[in-house]
Order: sequence, then structure tokens, then C-alpha cells
Amino acid sequence: MSVGQSVRRLEGHAKVTGSAEYIHHLRLPGMLHGKIHRSTVAHGRIARIDSRAALECPGVHAVVTIDDVLGLAPNPYYGPAFHDQPILAHRKVRYVGEPVAVVLGPDPHIAEEAADLIQVEYDPIDPVFDEVAAARPDAPIIHDVLKPAGMFTDLKHLGGRSGTNVALDARVRRGDVERGFAESDYLFEHTFKTGKVIHATFEPMVSLAELHGADGLTIHTASQSPSFVRAEVSRLLGWAENRVRVRTAHLGGGFGAKLYIKLEALVAICALLVGRPVRIALSMDEQFYTITKHGATVRIKTGVTKNGRMIAREVETYWNGGAYADIGPRVTQKSGFTAAGPYDIEHVSLDNYAVYTNEPPAGALRGFGISQLVWAYERQADIIAAALGIDPIEFRRRNVLRKGRPHATGTIVSDMEIDAVLDLLEQRMDWRRPFDRGSGTIRRGRGVAIGLKACISPTTSVAMVLLYGDGSCALQCATVDMGQASDTAMAQIVSKVLGIPTDSIRVARPDTDVTPYDMATLGSRSTFHMGNAVKAAAEDIRAQVLRIAATCLGNDVAELECVDAGVVSTRGARMTLREIMLARFAMQAGTIVGVGSYTPSYKKPDLATGQSSEVTPFWMLGGAGAEIAVDTETGRIDVTRLVNVADVGRAINPASVDLQLTGAAIMQLGFTLFEEMVFSDGQVVNASLADYKVPGFLDVPADISAAYVEVPHSQGPFGAKGVGETGVFSPSPAIANALYDAIGIVVRDLPLTPERVLRAIREAEGRPFEDE
Amino acid sequence: MADESRRTIHFTLNRRPVTASIANHDTVVDVLQREFALFGARESCGQGLCGCCTVVVNGTAVSGCLYLAAFVDGAEVGTIEGLAENGVLHPVQEAFISQGGFQCGFCTPGFVLMTRELLEQQPHPTEDHIRHYLSGNLCRCASYPEIIKAVKVAAQTAGE
Repeated sequence: MSVGQSVRRLEGHAKVTGSAEYIHHLRLPGMLHGKIHRSTVAHGRIARIDSRAALECPGVHAVVTIDDVLGLAPNPYYGPAFHDQPILAHRKVRYVGEPVAVVLGPDPHIAEEAADLIQVEYDPIDPVFDEVAAARPDAPIIHDVLKPAGMFTDLKHLGGRSGTNVALDARVRRGDVERGFAESDYLFEHTFKTGKVIHATFEPMVSLAELHGADGLTIHTASQSPSFVRAEVSRLLGWAENRVRVRTAHLGGGFGAKLYIKLEALVAICALLVGRPVRIALSMDEQFYTITKHGATVRIKTGVTKNGRMIAREVETYWNGGAYADIGPRVTQKSGFTAAGPYDIEHVSLDNYAVYTNEPPAGALRGFGISQLVWAYERQADIIAAALGIDPIEFRRRNVLRKGRPHATGTIVSDMEIDAVLDLLEQRMDWRRPFDRGSGTIRRGRGVAIGLKACISPTTSVAMVLLYGDGSCALQCATVDMGQASDTAMAQIVSKVLGIPTDSIRVARPDTDVTPYDMATLGSRSTFHMGNAVKAAAEDIRAQVLRIAATCLGNDVAELECVDAGVVSTRGARMTLREIMLARFAMQAGTIVGVGSYTPSYKKPDLATGQSSEVTPFWMLGGAGAEIAVDTETGRIDVTRLVNVADVGRAINPASVDLQLTGAAIMQLGFTLFEEMVFSDGQVVNASLADYKVPGFLDVPADISAAYVEVPHSQGPFGAKGVGETGVFSPSPAIANALYDAIGIVVRDLPLTPERVLRAIREAEGRPFEDE
Repeated sequence: MADESRRTIHFTLNRRPVTASIANHDTVVDVLQREFALFGARESCGQGLCGCCTVVVNGTAVSGCLYLAAFVDGAEVGTIEGLAENGVLHPVQEAFISQGGFQCGFCTPGFVLMTRELLEQQPHPTEDHIRHYLSGNLCRCASYPEIIKAVKVAAQTAGE
């Protein structure tokens, strides 16, 4: 059957012929193009907006500012975690690049030129950029009052807080960390940092809106979360959800950039204001001013016994959330509680702070905050192992969480085998073989790392499977295929349940008028959540089909099964699905509908201690091993081998699992070695692919591979769990650990640019470079 | 008086003669999308760095987001849409499907066209050839290992 096989992708033909549908391609009759005028200051009050020159440009249809927005959306603030982000700047601007006005015109070039002619006067306010500085009580305040959204009940207590840039503080307390430190033989304390990086999706963000009569609005958008867009735009307009239709197509990459609201509320308001379809499409450069990954400062202190057991760990993490919360508070909390790592540590204290700063908003980027934490705890793991003279893999073995043991949150670990992943990593790295560490100016090293993520919870997915009059089958689910091959995986699940070929199943593009609710395509949740919903919907169809066949064939349902696009009985009788539909509807007509819905069980963590008996539906575990060569004269790192391993539950499509693990690892390789947004007074100075390099062919290690263990998850569809992010967890510390192994250099900040490495080398040699 | 900001160009598009009325500042991608509803070449980085906009002009792959449409007057232009003939996929397209050499697919037409050009110049490329020849095309999903496999399979199929 198809589950467990590397079935070819359903949309392969469309993608290699250039005919795959992306919202990027959509043009609507009579549409106007919107171009955004952006803030030039990082923090300030808007004194005056002068649009006259823009309006006088021939071909300009309208200029939209917050005053126009307020007529349609009196409370213009949106966001999944906090209602803090205005559709256009409202009284204040909080980062360089914040949208202040939109010029609408039939020609995008004219609209763009006119947008540059808008003059805005600001009364500047002191900005703050660093997450630790912004959390101090004397920092300039970016939002007067915290405004948590209603969607997440565990943020409600923050409502009304004022005079702080800390949007959320989340804690985990287990045992008594001070006692643990006192009982430890050795203490290790370090501070690690990661900078800001960006998704750089190759289909830049794009949304279009059009009106339907007096009471309907359709938004076509490259979005990972059509259900959320519908709910949020409806809320802003004060409409019922069913008046807003949100549809998407294939996404030219997502990685978390296209989640929640990005351009959708703005484009909807513009279309309503001018009564014509409007398209707003960002350039690659503008994406740098829209959403980023969180930079983080992680202070980690660990107490260890002399035989290499970690018994106490305290982690304090400041998350640079930028000017608007987006999903940052959830990143802070849901990733923050894993900051002790995949380890069984008796005394744990974790503090996480989501901090507003005057930089572009930070949100979800493949891994949702996990890689920042793994960077810290796995880098420190090798420092500890080296200090104690223990092999790095052996050190991890002495400490990992095993089945039946409580995670730091109190949730008992199940459906995960960390030892199996470590064994696989050791084997794939030929760890026991002698390793040549080089000589002269080219030195070699190797390192490993493992990282843990908890799938966010609670979330819901709903799916429908339809059987048409001719026996053909369609799947309607709002999981967005942005390249991860979810269409194919979902079709494989239907195929397995109904006994029909995967490539004969039609998978609908997400459309809120058609596809039922799904929380969003994020956090590696789809295979597990939507996979379960799809499986249940297909089983619903199967039950109905078998009942009809049982009546026709005079069998018990128990004697029948679905195979080869039909039903067969143990006695050899057979009906095709078409014959079953004919039997049910007396002609080629009708539809049989199967419905499935899935919400895992969840226990909200205690606010004071972070303790919960069910904090996540499943754990993701990813490991990486790296071999590098470093040029000690230039600081340049050459990653010669990169091995990525994971516990995937069960692979629905092994080829897609490989692709996800390796693709994620290469993305993280960019974040490890060179990708970094560079800021000057809040301005991104390398906002283009010319100045912000993403990995190309020549950056891919000559030897790169993925491998995984399959520990079937008891609740997963056919044992599967998510894998889209697992490959990003561990490459950064694995590579830095290899650097440490090669030359004993500790670099605490990502990325490991040649300059940063060379500075560290020179510092260790006692002849540091002067500061920049 | 003639509008000097516009002109009419004649060229061959995927083996058919065509005519288009263009603005002087139009790029090849602008014209392919607006006048011919061909969206396989798409603008992403806008700087000729990513290869998503690759089109073939007089037998050479160029960045369609930088190449002014006025310059294809009289030229032969090929796009991904013209690669399959009579509904039969080109061996490079077949190989990208069979080897799963794509994820989101946004960059895929560019990679397919560059691979075809590579195999015309170097029918039996080594892995090193492949990496260097395709280094001007970027894939943010990073399907690079699978693309290498696809190129090798395409070379093998074409050689048979």
C-alpha cells in the first residue's frame, strides 16, 4: 500500500512545466496595485503625512493611510497572540520599514514611484534594539499597554500590563535548582547569542482582495493559515466569518513567513475603500521589513556531577520579538519550555522573556525558536564533556530522557527513542573510527548535537473526503502545500484507507469556502493533526461504502474490504466504487461525504511552574553530526560532511522525509555560517539577496545525508509524526562543536562567519584584533 | 505623434512568431506574463541572482527579470512552457519528477532550463560540473542533493 512508499509528488508535472498555480501569478480584471510607503525612523510619533505629491502623480488612484482604515476597522490592531499591530501605522511607528501608507494605481511602477513621494514628519522617540536592554525597566517603552488576543487562553493574564517591553514571561520550575547547583561537583555558565535571519521565500508575500456584492470579500493570498486569515479579517471588519472567503494556491516557500496576517487585512481594506480588486505584492527586499526569525540571548548555567550527570540547569532566554508580537509570545513559551534540552535533569529553572524592540517583527521560522536554544545547550554540552574528559556522545547518553521519565514540564516522555537516534548518529558518523584532525593551517574536527521540540498544542484540523458519482475521490483539507509534499502525504493516507491509487485522488487547494477549518500549516503539525483528520474522514467513507456493498452483496461488513478502487468480499465477490455509487444513487450521481476532525488532548501548564501532565501531542527529536575543515589563517569553515538524523515516528513518504531533513539542514547551514540581517540604527542594511546570501550549490557539503529511526507514535496516523522542522535543530551546534574539536575555539554568537572565527582564534592566541 | 515610451516588437516565442506592444521599461518577464500569460519565468530576487526568471534567448539562458523586452525584438525566446513537445516532457523534466528534484517548485523552471543548457554543452557532467553550472540558480527549499540526482538521471536518459 502507499503509506511508507516514496510515491511521486502529485504536483510534479505542474511544477516542472511551469504551470503550477501560485497566487503570485494571479491578475484580476480591473485590479489596482498597491505599493507601500514605509517608515524611515525606528521609533517616533507621526506628526504629519503629506500625500499631495503622490496624489498628483498621473495614474495614481488613491493614497490610503490609517485615517481611511479607521472608517472600516475602528480597532485596526491585529495579531495571533496580541492585538498590537495596526493595519497601517497609527500615531506611532515602531520600526524602520513599518507600513505607513499605500499608493494604489493601475501600474505598479507608477504606484511605487508615487509611494516614494509621500512625505512623513516624525517626532523621534529613543529606540531600543537589543533584547536584554529592552527588557530593563528604564528602556524606552514601545507599546503603552499589552493587548493579548483572545485566541490563546494562556496569554490572557497579560492583559492591561503597561510600562514594560516584556510581552510575556514564561517559567518552568522543577525541583530546586539552587539545591541542585549546591549538590553539583562542577558548574558551567555561558551566554550564547543568535542574530536575526529571514525566511526569504522565493515567492515573495502576495495578497489580492476583491468584493462580491455588498456583503462578500474574497482574499487570494499566499498564506499558510487561510482559516486564521478569515477569522482575523472578519473580526477587524466586524463581519461574520462566512462573508470572507480566503483561498490560496501552491506556495513558493513558507517556512513560517506566510503565517497569520501579513498583507491580508491591508489588501482587504484597500479593496473595500476603492471598490475594486487590489493586489499587494512585496519585493524580495520588502520581506526583510515584514517578518524575521527571533534573535535570542540565552544564559545557561548547568550543574554536573563528576561522573557526568547533569543534575541542575537554569536557563534565562531573552527573545528579540521586534516591534510587534506576531506569534513571538508563543515561540517564547512553547519553545522556551524545552530549554533544558532532551535531558533528564532533576532540578530545572527556565525563564523566557518575549521582548519588544524597535526592529522588524519576529515570528515563526522553521523550528519556532528551537534552534536558538539547541545552539546554547548543545554548545555547552561539548564544553562540559571536554572539561570532564567524556566522549560527547557518551556524555549525552548519560543524560538523555528515556521513556517513562518526566520532561522538565512534568509530562512523561513517550513515543520517542532518543537513544536510538544517538546510536544512529554514532553509526552514521563512524564515530569510533580514528579521525584525522589535520595539521598546519588546515585543521579538522567533528561534532554532534541533538535537539528536542514539542509540537505546539492544542490545535485542531478538520478534513473532508468526497466520493463522486463515477467513483473518483477528492480530498478537501486546508493544509497548505508549500513544498513539503503534504498533498501527496495526505493522498497516501486516503489511498491506504480506501484502497485507491494515490495519484487518482484530487486534492483541493485550501479555500475557506470549500475546505474545512485547519489551525494552520506550521510547526510540523500537519502530518500528525491533519493526517489523523484525513484518516478519520477516509474511514468515514470506507464505513459508508462497505455498508452499501454489504447490502448489495449480501455480506457482513466484516467480510468486506476496500482494495483496488472497489470492495471485495472474503468469498471473492467484487464491486467497483463506481458500482457502489450507482447502487446508492441509481444513476451516476450523488456524493458520499466523509468527515474527520482531530484535536489532541492537552493540559494547560501551570502559570507559575510550567508543569503539565500533557504539554504536547508529540516530541520531535533531531540530531546532526558535522565534520569540518577550518583555515586558521582566514577563519573560514568548510563543512565536509553533514549527517542529519531524526525520530520520525513512521515515514509516510520516505523520499519526502529525506527531502525535509536535508533541506532543513541546508537552510540551517546558511543560518550557521553566513546568513545574518545586519542593522544600523534599526535599518536593515543588507535587505536583498545580493547582500544577504542564502545557500547555493557551492555551499552544500560534498557529503550530506539524512537517516531516521521509526518509532511508531501511538496516536499518529499509521504511527507518523511531524518532520518539517527537525532538520534545523542541530546543525549549528554540531558545526560549532566540530570547530571546538578542531581548534578548541568557543564562538558564542551565530553565524560563524570567517571574521568571527578568526577573531576568536586571535583572541585565544592572546593577540586579538582591535574592535570594529 | 508617436508615443516614444512604447514600441512594437516581433520575436519567436517557443517556436511561434509573435508580436507584442511593450513599454520601453518592460522586462521579458513583464511581457511574458502580461501579453502571453506565461508565468513559468517569475521574478523573485529582482536582481538576477536566484534564477527563478530564467528564459532562453537565442540559445542562451538569461535572467528575464533584468533583460529588457525591447532587446528580444527579432530574437528566439524559449520558456519552460515550450520545453515539452506535443505533450511529451523533456527528459530533464522527467528526471526532476522521478528524482523529486523540487519542493515548492518556484525555482524549478529555472533549474530545468539551466540543466538542459548544461547537458547540451556537457552531456556527461561530473558532480563538480553540475554544482558549478547550476550555482547561479538558488533553491530556498534546498533540494540540491535531489537536483544533482535529477541532472545525472537526465544525462543518462539523454545518452541512451
